[in-house]
Amino acid sequence: MVLPALLIFLAFGVIPLLGALGLSFTTWDGIGAIHPSGLTSWRATLTDPGLPHALYVTFLIMALSWAFQTPMSLLLGVFLAGRQRYRAVLAVVYFVPLLLSSAAIAITYKALLDPNFGLSAGLGVGFLAQDWLGRGRLAVGVVIFIVSWQYIPFHSLIYQAGVRQIPVSMYEAAQLDGAGRVRQFFSITLPQLKYTIITSSTLMVVGSLTFFDLIWVLTAGGPADATRVLAVQMYIKGFQGNQMGPASAIAVILVFVGLGLALLLRRLGGDARESQTEGA
Amino acid sequence: MTTSRRTFLKFAVGVPLTGAALAACGSSGPSSAGSGGGSTGSGASYWYLSGPPGEKIRTDTVNRFNSANPNTKIKGTTFQNDAYKTKIKTAIGAGQSPTIIWGWGGGGLRSYVQANQVEDLTSWFGQNAAVKNRLFPSSFGAATVDGKIYAMPAETVQPIVLYYNKKLFDQIGAQPPQTYGDILDLVPKFNAKGIAPFSLGGQSRWTNMMWLEFFYLRLGGSELFQRVMTEKGAWSDPVSLKGLQMTQDLVKANGFVKGFSSITADSNADQALLYRGKAAMMLHGSWSYGIQVSNGGKFVPDGDLGWMNFPSVDGGTGDPADTVGNPGQYLSISSKATAAEKETAKNFFKTAVLSPEENKEWIDTGQVPISTGTESQLNASKDKDFLNFVYGIASKAKNFGQSWDQALDPTAAETLLDNISKLFQLSISPQQFADNMNKVIGQ
Repeated sequence: MVLPALLIFLAFGVIPLLGALGLSFTTWDGIGAIHPSGLTSWRATLTDPGLPHALYVTFLIMALSWAFQTPMSLLLGVFLAGRQRYRAVLAVVYFVPLLLSSAAIAITYKALLDPNFGLSAGLGVGFLAQDWLGRGRLAVGVVIFIVSWQYIPFHSLIYQAGVRQIPVSMYEAAQLDGAGRVRQFFSITLPQLKYTIITSSTLMVVGSLTFFDLIWVLTAGGPADATRVLAVQMYIKGFQGNQMGPASAIAVILVFVGLGLALLLRRLGGDARESQTEGA
Repeated sequence: MTTSRRTFLKFAVGVPLTGAALAACGSSGPSSAGSGGGSTGSGASYWYLSGPPGEKIRTDTVNRFNSANPNTKIKGTTFQNDAYKTKIKTAIGAGQSPTIIWGWGGGGLRSYVQANQVEDLTSWFGQNAAVKNRLFPSSFGAATVDGKIYAMPAETVQPIVLYYNKKLFDQIGAQPPQTYGDILDLVPKFNAKGIAPFSLGGQSRWTNMMWLEFFYLRLGGSELFQRVMTEKGAWSDPVSLKGLQMTQDLVKANGFVKGFSSITADSNADQALLYRGKAAMMLHGSWSYGIQVSNGGKFVPDGDLGWMNFPSVDGGTGDPADTVGNPGQYLSISSKATAAEKETAKNFFKTAVLSPEENKEWIDTGQVPISTGTESQLNASKDKDFLNFVYGIASKAKNFGQSWDQALDPTAAETLLDNISKLFQLSISPQQFADNMNKVIGQ
């Protein structure tokens, strides 16, 4: 069973990665011949003022969307972990955004947020006629909101599963000791969810590096470069600017940032083999 | 909503093609039959832009050619404008180009030529003087690289036009502007009535660029216009800096519709703002007329649409008759195509492209084909006022500048568009803009 997995990983993971690495040491306009050029593309990429900006936007969106999504997903997950039937129905409703494609979501929100023809005009609510996607800060906020809207359902599901793993006996014991709901949440639920939080956070953080389609359709990295994350910067360099070398260098940087973050989060999580229910 | 449905259909068409192109990458070269955009036996493949009104005309031309030449059929595939720009480059780079490549000429064509991806048509035009003579001579400039012709000019001449909504001018009791100074006077008047002075699809970026082009053309003339495209340091010229400053001044004066940075031109939302009376004026390509006719309901038939050439700017040295835009569209032949495919393509250029039937169709949609001797047809059209206006601009302009993003090579064009969007966001100063551009021009 290992061999097929390994082959697929080689064909679709390792080989393209090596290809991008190789391309980053060349100059290629995407149309003509590929010329090896040593470190030219890397030098161009690392000295480009667009790179620190793209890194900043990437980390900003990553951090803020994590900070927004985690408490929301956690609370929703805890709420949905109950066994009542209405909660099962709600869980299905909450889950809907995850089933839509990012491109469709972006097109829909773009239409809704249009200051001239969007929700504001439709509902006659003046406040909604902000230049949502035309002002830098506001556009970043909109991206974070839509990303959260799309992915909170998924993370709630993870937390719901996590909460249901916690032995009911712990809550019964806490109740006997006179602990209220809030106390139970902070003393039992939250500590017991440690690994769930780490798993969910890893998915959020590493996943946010791949945000491309949503941002591209919604703002095309704009206004100006306000929402130009690394993936968008890579696409613009490669496919609009005909600079495949620097674009490949950005791709390689993306891989290393992703690997670094994933390893860091594992570290923070401590040794995953220790029993989660120890002492229960 | 038809546009967005079309968009989805285009995605559906595009997906299997991408798959085929990817699959063909590893195993077979471009000459293998039936792969992606590659060859189709003795016929030829042709990729072009979707969307009304051009898509139907292009398709009709292909169909006419196919029924006249059943053994050498052309297989057409359509793409949305912005998506096409990426798709065609990728396909050519992967050796999966269609036989006939639709394009804008200029810097993009130059990059294909430098990579030996397109056929030299100079001698073919020499042998087929009749084909060459029936096209506007001015259209060949953007098809020529280092003295050789690499593309067949096709379709229509598309100067950038200043459109306005007559009803809104009546509403505030104003006359159409005679000078740029008049425009600046109009801006606060329209704003006071809650009408946006100018519509703009700023997310597409080339839309913003049209403003800079006209400021440069009117302030410094075609000479400055050419210099900033080729000469190192020309962007720091005091006149150039003035043009950049005027752009930011207009943004600061709320000259453009609220939210312009998030409006895309591909969805035609910018044009909807004009014909729905939310914006008074709009700088846009002459192709916009046809879109307003087909999407604007009674707006154009009722005579509410006005148009003019961009007015002169006080103190500017440019000729107010000069213009900028697309001197034509361009069809190239892939040098990787087989001899039979190339023959089919050339036969298509000779017999089908801008045939009398196609000319008529373009004229019917309010556009001026780049064919000579169509005056009587233009005069017979229901859109004869607009058509004669465009024909007049195209024939009277001493200088018909090619849009900057098409004239430049793609790398410099991307830097230009990037800086223009920052200029409009007021996130860089005119001086920073000039410094950034000087780094990539005239190296």
